[in-house]
Amino acid sequence: MPGKLKVKIVAGRHLPVMDRASDLTDAFVEVKFGNTTFKTDVYPKSLNPQWNSEWFKFEVDDEDLQDEPLQITVLDHDTYSANDAIGKVYIDIDPLLYSEAATVISGWFPIYDTIHGIRGEINVVVKVDLFNDLNRFRQSSCGVKFFCTTSIPKCYRAVIIHGFVEELVVNEDPEYQWIDRIRTPRASNEARQRLISLMSGELQRKIGLKVLEMRGNAVVGYLQCFDLEGESGLVVRAIGTACTLDKLSSPAAFLPACNSPSKEMKEIPFNEDPNPNTHSSGPSTPLKNQTYSFSPSKSYSRQSSSSDTDLSLTPKTGMGSGSAGKEGGPFKALLRQQTQSALEQREFPFFTLTAFPPGFLVHVGGVVSARSVKLLDRIHNPDEPETRDAWWAEIRQEIKSHAKALGCHAVVGYSESTSICEEVCILSASGTAAVLNPRFLQDGTVEGCLEQRLEENLPAGCGFCHIPYDELNMPFPAHLTYCYNCRKQKVPDVLFTTIDLPTDATVIGKGCLIQARLCRLKKKAQAEANATAISNLLPFMEYEVHTQLMNKLKLKGMNALFGLRIQITVGENMLMGLASATGVYLAALPTPGGIQIAGKTPNDGSYEQHISHMQKKINDTIAKNKELYEINPPEISEEIIGSPIPEPRQRSRLLRSQSESSDEVTELDLSHGKKDAFVLEIDDTDAMEDVHSLLTDVPPPSGFYSCNTEIMPGINNWTSEIQMFTSVRVIRLSSLNLTNHALNKNFNDLCENLLKSLYFKLRSMIPCCLCHVNFTVSLPEDELIQVTVTAVAITFDKNQALQTTKAHVEKSLQRASTDNEELLQFPLELCSDSLPSHPFPPAKATSVDYSSFADRCSSWIELIKLKAQTIRRGSIKTTVTVEKTSPMGEGNFRNRSAAPCANSTVGVVKMTPLSFIPGAKITKYLGIINMFFIRETTSLREEGGVSGFLHAFIAEVFAMVRAHVAALGGNAVVSYIMKQCVFMENPNKNQAQCLINVSGDAVVFARESELEVVSTQQPAANCQPACTGGEVTT
Amino acid sequence: MTSELDIFVGNTTLIDEDVYRLWLDGYSVGDAVALRVRSGILEQTGATAAVLQSDTMDHYRTFHMLERLLHAPPKLLHQLIYQIPPSRQALLIERYYAFDEAFVREVLGKKLSKGTKKDLDDISTKTGITLKSCRRQFDNFKRVFKVVEEMRGSLVDNVQQHFLLSDRLARDYAAIVFFANNRFETGKKKLQYLSFGDFAFCAELMIQNWTLGAVDSQVDDMDMDLDKEFLQDLKELKVLVADKDLLDLHKSLVCTALRGKLGVFSEMEANFKVCGLIQLLSLGPLQPPVHCPTGQLCSCPGLTSRWRCCPPFARLTGGSLLLNTGELFN
Repeated sequence: MPGKLKVKIVAGRHLPVMDRASDLTDAFVEVKFGNTTFKTDVYPKSLNPQWNSEWFKFEVDDEDLQDEPLQITVLDHDTYSANDAIGKVYIDIDPLLYSEAATVISGWFPIYDTIHGIRGEINVVVKVDLFNDLNRFRQSSCGVKFFCTTSIPKCYRAVIIHGFVEELVVNEDPEYQWIDRIRTPRASNEARQRLISLMSGELQRKIGLKVLEMRGNAVVGYLQCFDLEGESGLVVRAIGTACTLDKLSSPAAFLPACNSPSKEMKEIPFNEDPNPNTHSSGPSTPLKNQTYSFSPSKSYSRQSSSSDTDLSLTPKTGMGSGSAGKEGGPFKALLRQQTQSALEQREFPFFTLTAFPPGFLVHVGGVVSARSVKLLDRIHNPDEPETRDAWWAEIRQEIKSHAKALGCHAVVGYSESTSICEEVCILSASGTAAVLNPRFLQDGTVEGCLEQRLEENLPAGCGFCHIPYDELNMPFPAHLTYCYNCRKQKVPDVLFTTIDLPTDATVIGKGCLIQARLCRLKKKAQAEANATAISNLLPFMEYEVHTQLMNKLKLKGMNALFGLRIQITVGENMLMGLASATGVYLAALPTPGGIQIAGKTPNDGSYEQHISHMQKKINDTIAKNKELYEINPPEISEEIIGSPIPEPRQRSRLLRSQSESSDEVTELDLSHGKKDAFVLEIDDTDAMEDVHSLLTDVPPPSGFYSCNTEIMPGINNWTSEIQMFTSVRVIRLSSLNLTNHALNKNFNDLCENLLKSLYFKLRSMIPCCLCHVNFTVSLPEDELIQVTVTAVAITFDKNQALQTTKAHVEKSLQRASTDNEELLQFPLELCSDSLPSHPFPPAKATSVDYSSFADRCSSWIELIKLKAQTIRRGSIKTTVTVEKTSPMGEGNFRNRSAAPCANSTVGVVKMTPLSFIPGAKITKYLGIINMFFIRETTSLREEGGVSGFLHAFIAEVFAMVRAHVAALGGNAVVSYIMKQCVFMENPNKNQAQCLINVSGDAVVFARESELEVVSTQQPAANCQPACTGGEVTT
Repeated sequence: MTSELDIFVGNTTLIDEDVYRLWLDGYSVGDAVALRVRSGILEQTGATAAVLQSDTMDHYRTFHMLERLLHAPPKLLHQLIYQIPPSRQALLIERYYAFDEAFVREVLGKKLSKGTKKDLDDISTKTGITLKSCRRQFDNFKRVFKVVEEMRGSLVDNVQQHFLLSDRLARDYAAIVFFANNRFETGKKKLQYLSFGDFAFCAELMIQNWTLGAVDSQVDDMDMDLDKEFLQDLKELKVLVADKDLLDLHKSLVCTALRGKLGVFSEMEANFKVCGLIQLLSLGPLQPPVHCPTGQLCSCPGLTSRWRCCPPFARLTGGSLLLNTGELFN
């Protein structure tokens, strides 16, 4: 359906001098959309021209509106020679196409030139008149909203979460076309920028169509990436989660964001989770649950193939059914089947979300990942990018089957990435296997609320940790214990996930950033041989990365990892692995044992001494870390917990396992007094060095914390100061000492020094926390390693933090003993009224038990395949609980924030990789920002060398993002991400080129203080709602 | 392992005041790092020298990029590339345009030409201020001079408007521009003991009272040029300098007239010469009593009130400014 695009060019300022003689410029503007171009008059002899043009009107259909960017070119008029271009502005008009987003784009945009950078600014006004009325309009793909945020956006409520959407488009890269040999670098760069802009528009439109087919109205967790495949082309691909979102606008909408809209009852967060505890599961009513109608999902799956076909690892009914019969009764089986059937309709039951509405996540199985090494070939027919599609489909199937093996029917926190070097490409996908509450996945009737209340008495904060797989039929050897929180379900000893910490999880102490870093040399090779070499190395790299992660986790005295992201980068002569995650101590999981060092060569006195010295150092470090991160789980004697569970089978029948250290266990002196401990075996110098490197990781200076999740577990009193930054480092390795060991050390030092620099630079913000620390490694050349970090530093109030933790621990202790009785008694009244004034502060209702129960010598496996891998750890079984007051509070708060607030901070645009702004409420989402820039220079030295060049370019990119947000009427970008930063230099030729791709959500936020008037009615229970991303409130 | 590239870019541009000062003082990165190490920052923060080096480099790069904008401060306010809070912007500008007392004394009243710029290394050696810093200060003087040279209206206001300086600094720049424009030589031996503040004070009064702008704000000219006719008349005042008897007579007459009327009478009497200058500077070309140095001075309207509201009065005590001011006009 057509629309009319109207553009007005108002003025320019700070233009560069284009005429040396007069030191002035005769500027005019070309406005181009599609194939139509308009021009303004020439404004002679001014660096601050006032064109004040008429409205240029473009009549276009909506496909073009979505695909095409508006292109504004500022030129200098020259009577005798060709007009010189000053620079361009590309404006994505997509935000004007949804009804609730921006209505006008108006403001100063930096005029950007790919050779000279920003050259002045231009004031532009853009409007779109759509001819059709709202309803009809929304039938088209234009109405679909896109969010980069990987949780349900703050001022919306998820009615249904439909599931995975993906698409990719390919094209030839203009840089590699024959014409590039004769055109200027500027023309080539502009062709590329324009093409990518077009391709992302097209991609977004296509994804929008899929969402409409699924009857959704939005895509959340939208992640778009470019693969610069060089000769073989340019791939733009995107994944996301289709949802039906409702705007929380009416003041009456007191519902928590997560619930479906139909009845009042929905205020109660759903608690589908079967109560597997035999005492209380009796009254649960399986029959009622049968009434859920799981309508087969619609035609959105692109292939009709049932997903069952490839589930070679699992029996058709899923592992759940077996276990259900054993522990949970028929209800559980039923639930499983239902959920499963709902999800199995989908080709890929994947969700790109990392934070969920309460009640959505039932159990977490662990991390699943798959990698595949491919040889790139020219894409012959760009309209049918079958090979690339097939590649990804293959990987996704792999992921899906891994999830099945873990007894899970869905994958959450799902993401995909590539690493390309010459013609070899590693495709990676990872996520967290999970069992989900089917309610959010269906159109929805909400029945059986009353019945469910009966089950809602399960303790909060541990449900998701309970294993989803069958204990007797475990996919890999793991050590299970009864949950330290509820004592009814089994939990693994360690849990790895790619998602954010769930809001209701009970955490002890604070979290910290944990990184595993690894390099492996590889012989230079061509094509097939190269791909094979990489494939052979991959499993070992993954194995080592995991060993490192596990060691560091133990060293920190923690037992779970969230936000795990493993990046494997391929270069000419090496592979790099970098894993980042946030370690926490989950109250539900057992206390981790220490690390034991075992020497291989006994009878050597000095050696023994050395070992014991090392052991002491490790023990000291663990103790120090426990103190540092305030991990002080109350010691509870084992009698309370009950007898430990019998040893689980060490080998699963399905998978090969590698149990590294189990043989050594017997000969150990376990100084921790634990039954078991993690064993590090030192049999050669390499191992020795590994242990050393464990100890060289320096904790951040006092007052600093860091994590790579949305927010720091254990800190919940953020103050409003934020500083987002990008830091880039490139080091050149001296080719002389290229051994694996030296490489590792260099890489480790690089990362450590980078972090140290960050801490130093941001020292004025102490006490503060670096959140969402995102490392990206690339290997631009043989001996170059580039590390890019984007993160945000947020200040917090130290005093409050301390009090909260203390109160929290005390409370948990106090409740621990009385827990069991209470559970049986008060579910009914608790559930029936979910008033915000509920006497129990939300997270406190959890019972927490701790024990010194030993951690088992953790032998964990790798499922090694040639091209792909599964990694997982631990598991879950969620029993959501008495938590209802918490979401309630949030719901209310959201509501209040809906009051329109004046934009108080005009001019300042905040940027953050997080989905929220501390101390403020997001009142409106204005649309997605997705920008791609190329900058090139042929005068590298004059611009301050590589550092000067890149520094200026990144500053310019920030400026352009801010300008676009401001023009949309916004004052912040949330979920900001720098997806690509490809830097190439040629110092000999004095040249450099850089490509940057960034995205985020433009929003309007209002400070909480401005909202205070409205919020006074609310009691203190919801005083930290800004952190809905996953913080445990008080 | 060598670092090829090392940058940090914040959404809000980080400004480290200490490093900014070192940069303004013209220290090289190496010297700045050494100075920072000496300040004990490593012990305070637990950082390493490498971290400090990287941090300093980064700040220097930022400042270097900002320098272009600092040359035209209003641009810094309107630019979009660096997001800097207003208070920080003000600090950047104020510090950038701040100058060293020792340096300004060397160039005050000199023509701000290329020739003078060539002598900067001598000044640098003499004052111990780095050549880089001297250049920056000199260029600042010259830039401000060029911009306000041809402008109408109040000199101070013009400086303030185009360079967004604080009132205090704008006044200093007005004085520098005024001296440079009129080429008052301040380097003479006899004037050596006077501080820039003294001269700035004189300049302010002269601008207020002696310039064409002061005579008639409608006049096409501005605050910088002195009224020629008045300068001619002023020569008559030399008699006060040359003839001691006349001076004494003048002093006694003034004192008689003021006795009992003035709270600070005794100080005035003790420092008569200085006070005389203040009177002189306070008077404009249109006020005839100046032409008649004997006796009638005290009847000058507004004298007493001016006297009282001259805060720098005490600062000038002990100097025989009048004599030396005469020197200026020789």
